[in-house]
Amino acid sequence: MNKYFEKEHILLVVGLAMLAWGCNQALFVLPGETYMGEVFRIFFLHVPTAWNSLLIGTVAFGAALGALVKRSRGWDAAVEASVEVTLVLIVMVLIQGSIWGHGGTWGDPRTEAGSTWWEWEPRLTASAVMALSFAGVLSLRSFIEQFERRVLWTAVATVIAYVDVPIVYLCVKWTDRGMHQDHSTPSTVSDVYHWPLRVNAFAVLLIALWLIVRRAKLTLARDAARADQTPPTESTTPLVAGGA
Amino acid sequence: MSVVRQSLAVLRKDLLVDLRSLRRVVAVSLFGAMTLLLFSFAAGTDSVVLKEQAAGYLWLALFLSSTLALSESFRVELEDDALEGLCLLPVDPRALYYGKAVANLLFLLALSCILVPLSFGLYGPSLRLPLVNLIALLVFGLAGLAGPGTLYSAMTSRARGRDVMLPLLLFPLVVPVLVAGVKGTALVFGGDPMGQFGSWLQLLIVFDLVYWSLCGLLFGKVLDS
Amino acid sequence: MIDAPSPPLALEASNLCRGYQNRWALLGLNLRMRSGSSLLVVGANGAGKTTLLRMLATTLAPTSGSLAIYGERPQDNLLGVRRRLGLVSHRTHLYDDLTATELLEVTAAIAGMAKDADRNAALLERVGLSGRGTDVIRGFSAGMRKRLCFARLLLQDPDIVLLDEPYGQLDVAGVDFVDGLITELLEARKTLVMSTHQVERGARLLQQGLVLASGRMNWVGTAADAPVALAEALSR
Repeated sequence: MNKYFEKEHILLVVGLAMLAWGCNQALFVLPGETYMGEVFRIFFLHVPTAWNSLLIGTVAFGAALGALVKRSRGWDAAVEASVEVTLVLIVMVLIQGSIWGHGGTWGDPRTEAGSTWWEWEPRLTASAVMALSFAGVLSLRSFIEQFERRVLWTAVATVIAYVDVPIVYLCVKWTDRGMHQDHSTPSTVSDVYHWPLRVNAFAVLLIALWLIVRRAKLTLARDAARADQTPPTESTTPLVAGGA
Repeated sequence: MSVVRQSLAVLRKDLLVDLRSLRRVVAVSLFGAMTLLLFSFAAGTDSVVLKEQAAGYLWLALFLSSTLALSESFRVELEDDALEGLCLLPVDPRALYYGKAVANLLFLLALSCILVPLSFGLYGPSLRLPLVNLIALLVFGLAGLAGPGTLYSAMTSRARGRDVMLPLLLFPLVVPVLVAGVKGTALVFGGDPMGQFGSWLQLLIVFDLVYWSLCGLLFGKVLDS
Repeated sequence: MIDAPSPPLALEASNLCRGYQNRWALLGLNLRMRSGSSLLVVGANGAGKTTLLRMLATTLAPTSGSLAIYGERPQDNLLGVRRRLGLVSHRTHLYDDLTATELLEVTAAIAGMAKDADRNAALLERVGLSGRGTDVIRGFSAGMRKRLCFARLLLQDPDIVLLDEPYGQLDVAGVDFVDGLITELLEARKTLVMSTHQVERGARLLQQGLVLASGRMNWVGTAADAPVALAEALSR
């Protein structure tokens, strides 16, 4: 294998291929949804991205637990990378959701989909809060210079931010009945749409994992370039007081 | 020595320090009062609107003042590295957390004693449910602020950019507290025909249980570094 | 004739290191102190003296290396280990809003000791603060704050006493007071580690000496020889 082709690139290649197939299905092959029109097709990207944002958020939570147990550079890089990728995914979800909610009224007054950019409903709000929490975690990192403290506090903040997500979701759910249909799981969506959804979901997952691995490697490489932190093993004669 | 007794000792220390410097409570209360006034200016003079939004304004004022209160409580610890002095004692870090968190809760409750009557005065809401409901809401809601807030202020007070980091980290986290607090208070002010008050209070209690235990466990680790 | 058993190993530090982003504050610290022995730590500013004392006090975690207090590691029994340690540092760790008596009361309560107003008053008297018990610490001079720190140390009565620049900010009477206190502590068979710039004074009172330079052990020997060794190390 060429030394420039590291193993994780397989994730990207397979992921992109799957995404290409899934999007092709979504855009060109499948019939449009009668009620919501063409803008509905973004569903095939929106739902997989949303699933993955939660999944990768859980990966970040797991990495944070690992970092709490063992404060090493490896775990820290994993936490930082997965928090960043989660944030990227959520922002994409929010943008896609916004586009979908707004409907395709780009100069087309006939489409029915509501023309709001934002809607106060559980999943959207929970995602927005999660985005802000995770962004806050990254912001905190930038203020801490000491390595150990940074690892620990990032992990603590990530754990706390993650635990909050289900609570926020429940909370907003009780206040409002929003515009999302009841959870788009494969069972509630007609059969024809299953495969593109599933394929795209795995595709986004693979690409996200690839991003995490690359990001983590970047951090570790950057750190290794700085002063070496392993103490030299020179042995000094111990100072003995009060008799040997 | 049990964690409970040590927490009480830490709490006593914090109360002594707080009572001695009442100027902090006064200053934060004044800030909170000013916020309430600002809201009423921003909302305009329509008394119907003000009455409807009273719950929201009250809780927002409490939220904004809480960041001041929380960061003040830790500034005291840092002035002479007093916190490190506490760590030199054989004290369980959980006791440090719980003592401090309860002290912060009491500070916030004292704050609400000033802000609640003031919002009654400014916005004129009525009291459709018993007062004890409002008190319960305040106690469990402010506990939701004090709990994670104590942990976060322990962290941010020792990092740079401390003034912005505390609200930045805390506010997204305590959105459920804001929602439940406002909804519950709105029911107290406006009446509760469908009996929803109980579920909002429950949400606050669950939030408190989750975060007070989680933060208690994590506090020791945060102090370590 | 019965051989007196050698005293237990009070403090054992193996290869203690503390590093920051791009430098080592302390590197390769090896120390073994038996109960009742004493150590003078000297060095230029920034040599790592305060870092060493804070690590021995367990308020600063080492980057690598290990520490054992009477055979126990801080990770295994943090509270038990901390009970044996006491630190008087140049940062006073005081609450400005409390009175002197309240500080002792609060310390006693948190450390799990019984309430005893007489004991507190006696301690204040011993450190020369009698009559100042009800005064708020905010009004104390630097020297008085130092004395209060010593009162707190005596209250805790640890087996291992760590002193970081104890003579700082004290007047002549205060300096003599600290000397007397150190002598008393040594007579009570406490283990003592002291860092100070008053090298001659320390050399008279303590047994062993250590010169730190750039975080490393530069010289070890008897405390009496420390002043000369320090001068040499600084001139290089």
